[in-house]
Amino acid sequence: MSIWVILKIALKALNRNKIRSILTMLGIIIGVGAVIAMVSLGAGAQRQVQEEIAAMGTNTLQVWSGSMRSFGTRGGSGTMNTLTAEDFEAMLTECPAVKAVSPSASTMSQVVFGNQNWSSRVEGYNEQLPDLRNWKVIKGSFFDASHVKTAARVAVLGQTVMNELFSGSDPIGQTIRIKNLPFQVIGVLDKKGYNAWGRDQDDVIVTPYTTVQKKFQSGVLYVQSGIVGAASARATYAAQEQITELLRQRHKLTPVQDNDFTVRNLSEIAEAADATNRIMTGLLASIAAVSLLVGGIGIMNIMLVAVSERTREIGIRMAIGARPGHVRIQFLSESIVLCTMGGILGLALGVGSAIGISQLMGWPTLVSPNSILISLVFSAAIGIFFGYYPAHKAAAMDPIDALRYE
Amino acid sequence: MPGEEGDVEMPPLSPSLTGPGLAATHSDASAVIALQEIRRVYDLGEVQVQALKGVSLEIPRGQFVALMGASGSGKSTLLNILGCLDRPTSGIYRLDGVDVSTFSPAQRADIRNRKIGFIFQSFNLLPRTSVWENVEAPMLYSGVLKAERGRRIEAALNVVGIPEKAKALPNQLSGGQQQRVAVARALVNQPAILLADEPTGNLDSATSEEIMRFLQRLNREKGITLVMVTHEHDIAAYASRALHLKDGHLLSDEMNPSSHEQA
Repeated sequence: MSIWVILKIALKALNRNKIRSILTMLGIIIGVGAVIAMVSLGAGAQRQVQEEIAAMGTNTLQVWSGSMRSFGTRGGSGTMNTLTAEDFEAMLTECPAVKAVSPSASTMSQVVFGNQNWSSRVEGYNEQLPDLRNWKVIKGSFFDASHVKTAARVAVLGQTVMNELFSGSDPIGQTIRIKNLPFQVIGVLDKKGYNAWGRDQDDVIVTPYTTVQKKFQSGVLYVQSGIVGAASARATYAAQEQITELLRQRHKLTPVQDNDFTVRNLSEIAEAADATNRIMTGLLASIAAVSLLVGGIGIMNIMLVAVSERTREIGIRMAIGARPGHVRIQFLSESIVLCTMGGILGLALGVGSAIGISQLMGWPTLVSPNSILISLVFSAAIGIFFGYYPAHKAAAMDPIDALRYE
Repeated sequence: MPGEEGDVEMPPLSPSLTGPGLAATHSDASAVIALQEIRRVYDLGEVQVQALKGVSLEIPRGQFVALMGASGSGKSTLLNILGCLDRPTSGIYRLDGVDVSTFSPAQRADIRNRKIGFIFQSFNLLPRTSVWENVEAPMLYSGVLKAERGRRIEAALNVVGIPEKAKALPNQLSGGQQQRVAVARALVNQPAILLADEPTGNLDSATSEEIMRFLQRLNREKGITLVMVTHEHDIAAYASRALHLKDGHLLSDEMNPSSHEQA
């Protein structure tokens, strides 16, 4: 018997009990729809986190100076001045896993241009920031090493600051005043948006870190923190170890002493966020899978009813030459068709609700081709799994008893 | 089954070899059905019921045989075995020269498909399935190609005289018409034998006569071997030979010289 004949007979049988077929399918439709919607939501959230991490620079580590300890009371990271610019230079030269470094220094300040003013963060880095944070300059240029060396009063603006101060006019070459000191605007950074913690990353003015130290921190020589770029995302852990070892050496710490600095690996944060996400997605998807399971049991139930209702038909078919295998494939194909059709409709429902959710609630969703394929294969597999027992029961019937059945 | 006589077997009576007027034509080679000492024991747990206690007979090609007996005589069991729906506990059944007594369920399905056509008392057409598709069904299991299927369905519906009903559903047909569809379905794979189980049991007397004449003509004109179970003597009278079963034994085997005049 050709596959088309089998499918034709199955479709005809399902068509005879339209309402029943649709109700049975509903279990699968809702199950597959829920799985697709949940997985899409999860994938969307994951994609968002990944994008944010990538925006921070996937290979980056943060190094903070140590905490102050006085009579047992400890301050937070950065409260003790243990790091110097030389520490950062040493990381670059001595740690093979480190590709780029930038000390950082920051302050809050009122910035003024003409009659406009705005309060923003002034963040000092060296010339490697665009590479380190994967942050492009879209207008003008970033400052270079000589600006850092001379603590030049140059500024690169974030999008928010640019909009607040210049509202459309070209900022390049203009002079703004930060804490009453004139700074020349030499570039504008690309838009980064909000980070995962809701901070506007574009509300920033970037200057050489030396400028911040000299002009706003009364010439301090220590560095509160800095960012380090590893050679690759995988090298972040090696970089973390190498930096720790180097700084312990340079700070002459004995084995019993705690680190007087902290190295934070952003990949760790990314992984933690990713793991949280995956757990949530897994949880939601498994709840959805339970409804799929219930749908599958519904299929089995209705197929058992169909088999006992059609005992006479089975007997007739056997009498005219259907082998047990023919009967089995006939009922199995009905449940597979039922489940696959349910799967396709459920897919439409799931994609539809994923789009609806992102439109209504503003949550990001991502319908991956994988999840589509998996849900279709899975619903066919449910058809086989839950259809097999009823089909086997039909195939195992004795033709004489089946023909006698009223 | 009631009326069991214990384990003592009666010798099989008058095998068809000695039947009047047929002795010369009977041989293993020409017999489409040959049974040797067929027994069927139903194991009902504590008791064993012997439904057939050693039946031997031969049916030559082209014969119209009526199988008679009271209920419990074993005639249904014999028909099930002849139709390869069941298999004997012991004995040999040769159908069209092939020993089918030890066949598996799948093999028996193939034999039913290619060698046997069934006609039932209650017609047993597939419900809510058109006449065309009912007649087509056996060929789907034997893998006949579509064009050939169509040709054979048309031919079979012509033979049974209802070519105009191809699109109809069984419940739109009269009892006689339904039985004709069943005959068309039984014929469509060109079987070696037609087995009819009380084919007129659900029909009024006028329609019964019509169907019986039709079956008789099929037997005469197309040379189709027919084995028919019935308990009515006037229906059995259409057959050319009558076998009587009682308590699992073949009681009598008679030729019916007058069956020709009934046509």
